[in-house]
Amino acid sequence: MGGQLKFVQGNEACVEGALYAGLGFFAGYPITPSTEIAELLSARLPERRGIFMQMEDEIASICAIIGASLTGNKSMTATSGPGFSLMQEGLGFAVMAEIPCVIVDVQRGGPSTGLATKLSQGDVNQARWGTHGDHAIIALTASNHQDVFSITVDAFNFAETYRTPVILLFDEVLGHMRERLEIPLPGKLPLVERLKTSLPEGVDYHPYLPREDGRLPMSDFGGIHRYNVTGLFHDMWGFPSEDPKVVYGLMRHLTDKIEHHVDDLTRYREYYTEDAETLLISYGSSARSALHVVMNRRQRGERLGLLELQTLWPFPSALVREKAKNARYVVVVEMNMGQVLQSVKSAVERPDKVSLANQVDGTLITPTTILNILRIIQGRGV
Amino acid sequence: MGAKEYIRERFFPHLWCPGCGHGIVMNGLLHAVENIGLKKNDIVMVSGIGCSSRISGYLDFHTLHTIHGRALAFAAGVKMSRPELTLLAPMGDGDALSIGGNHFIHACRRNIDMTAIVMNNRVYGMTGGQYSPLSGYGTYATTAPYMNIDPDFDVVSMATAAGATFVARSTTYHIKQLTDILEAAILHRGFSVVEIMSQCPTYFGRKNKGGSASDMMEKFKTRTAPLGSKEKQEDPSLIERGIFVNREAPEYCQEYQHVIERATRGK
Repeated sequence: MGGQLKFVQGNEACVEGALYAGLGFFAGYPITPSTEIAELLSARLPERRGIFMQMEDEIASICAIIGASLTGNKSMTATSGPGFSLMQEGLGFAVMAEIPCVIVDVQRGGPSTGLATKLSQGDVNQARWGTHGDHAIIALTASNHQDVFSITVDAFNFAETYRTPVILLFDEVLGHMRERLEIPLPGKLPLVERLKTSLPEGVDYHPYLPREDGRLPMSDFGGIHRYNVTGLFHDMWGFPSEDPKVVYGLMRHLTDKIEHHVDDLTRYREYYTEDAETLLISYGSSARSALHVVMNRRQRGERLGLLELQTLWPFPSALVREKAKNARYVVVVEMNMGQVLQSVKSAVERPDKVSLANQVDGTLITPTTILNILRIIQGRGV
Repeated sequence: MGAKEYIRERFFPHLWCPGCGHGIVMNGLLHAVENIGLKKNDIVMVSGIGCSSRISGYLDFHTLHTIHGRALAFAAGVKMSRPELTLLAPMGDGDALSIGGNHFIHACRRNIDMTAIVMNNRVYGMTGGQYSPLSGYGTYATTAPYMNIDPDFDVVSMATAAGATFVARSTTYHIKQLTDILEAAILHRGFSVVEIMSQCPTYFGRKNKGGSASDMMEKFKTRTAPLGSKEKQEDPSLIERGIFVNREAPEYCQEYQHVIERATRGK
């Protein structure tokens, strides 16, 4: 309490969260519906001696933030689907070279240019598998501006803790809708600063030799340790290697450092899940409509509950399984053709009880639509 | 100190073919760095993908071996974050001007203080000898068995038109000139482009009856001429070597400091 109150767009809540987390460098390219993030940061970053760059395209934008991060700067870019597609190779580089950074995708309708000014949640699986090759990834979302703020802070913290790119998957409604945001006082939300090596100059520093806890202390580019960074499989010095032992070791490390920390990485909210006969699972702006249905029907004595996912990747399978255990119906509410649906089906004991309540016409799914679909699923008719 | 001080012997031998020109470029570059007296901790080398780009792994600087064509975009992020560092971006011809063409022209336009080195051997060597945008009409390549019909870019004209404030060309035959030019390019405050014609006897040479590495270098001697020389006047088909552009213009990092001053005025 006691923080500054603002009435803002979701994109601005994201900006405030990033600045709170210590953002020092932003590079981006204009694209609807994320552009406000770039516009706001072009004003806010120079005020605090931070760097804002408008690059020639989204490919350059993600490359620039990776370069900046290597010098010790907390870095971010923001885009939407078409730009996110272009960023996939840079994203893979950041995964492979283990460079902390944050990529915001304010989702719009796709594929291709799709629906530039309308919403969808169609990039969930792209966030997971958009870049080629096996890899683990962290992708987070939220459904209201207070949570957009805090999940953005989480994104920077996870990026530094796990030395990895973190994706923030917002959507057009969230990005452009205005609501109240209270900016916490400094110090209220914990911030993770970069883990740096304590090795003195002249000692052989191994940038890619994980400590026992799996973490890799970094050394800033331009600092006292000179080393190689590459997108090729590499040894503990960062030098390219095709030695099967080295390749296997790095692949395991890149996967395990995230998949072994699902509990730490899982953020969610729950409403009346305890005794829910029908459990809704949703995220992002569609979770707002789902929550409305739950609150409304609870007043009439219906046993509805909502599990709102904020961490989409790594998928919190154990959490979903546990919360869905006693529900008769599990209904995934999302604005795509069933992307989280597949993960939920894989997670629960009885996939046959999982249904999809979706809308893919570029407009926000309403509580009435959800309710109508629920009635059919429950066999009660609309 | 000696140029040997700048290499990572641990990672030798290098992967370049016998006769490849890239080692000569590396030698010239290290001598330029030594002549200027730069400290290793102050140099960041950012490269892309290809034979040329492997140079970064062998050198004892802060080295960033990135993605095909993107070296200059990564380098921009490093330089803007730490303007006091010296940025060197060695690239191949396909790397810099085909897949990286967009980043190349915009880096020229911004005039951000770094040195782009185009190691131009007119071929994609790493993938086995396909034609690049610098191979030129009439050449042969593993993807042009019936003769290449793609016209080539002139790196110097392109960099000049895009706004680079230092533009030069040399060859692996002219090691002294190459070293001097790289020295001037690194010292220049702004975006410098240095094209270095380099031989690939393995692919470009073999496909185009270029002969051995020394035959190819001999051609660099006989088919080029100093900028504005009498030889060039007498034989306009010769390729000119030298410093084509060397001008002062507002440098991007410095301009950004003015942005910060305007943003923080009265605060």
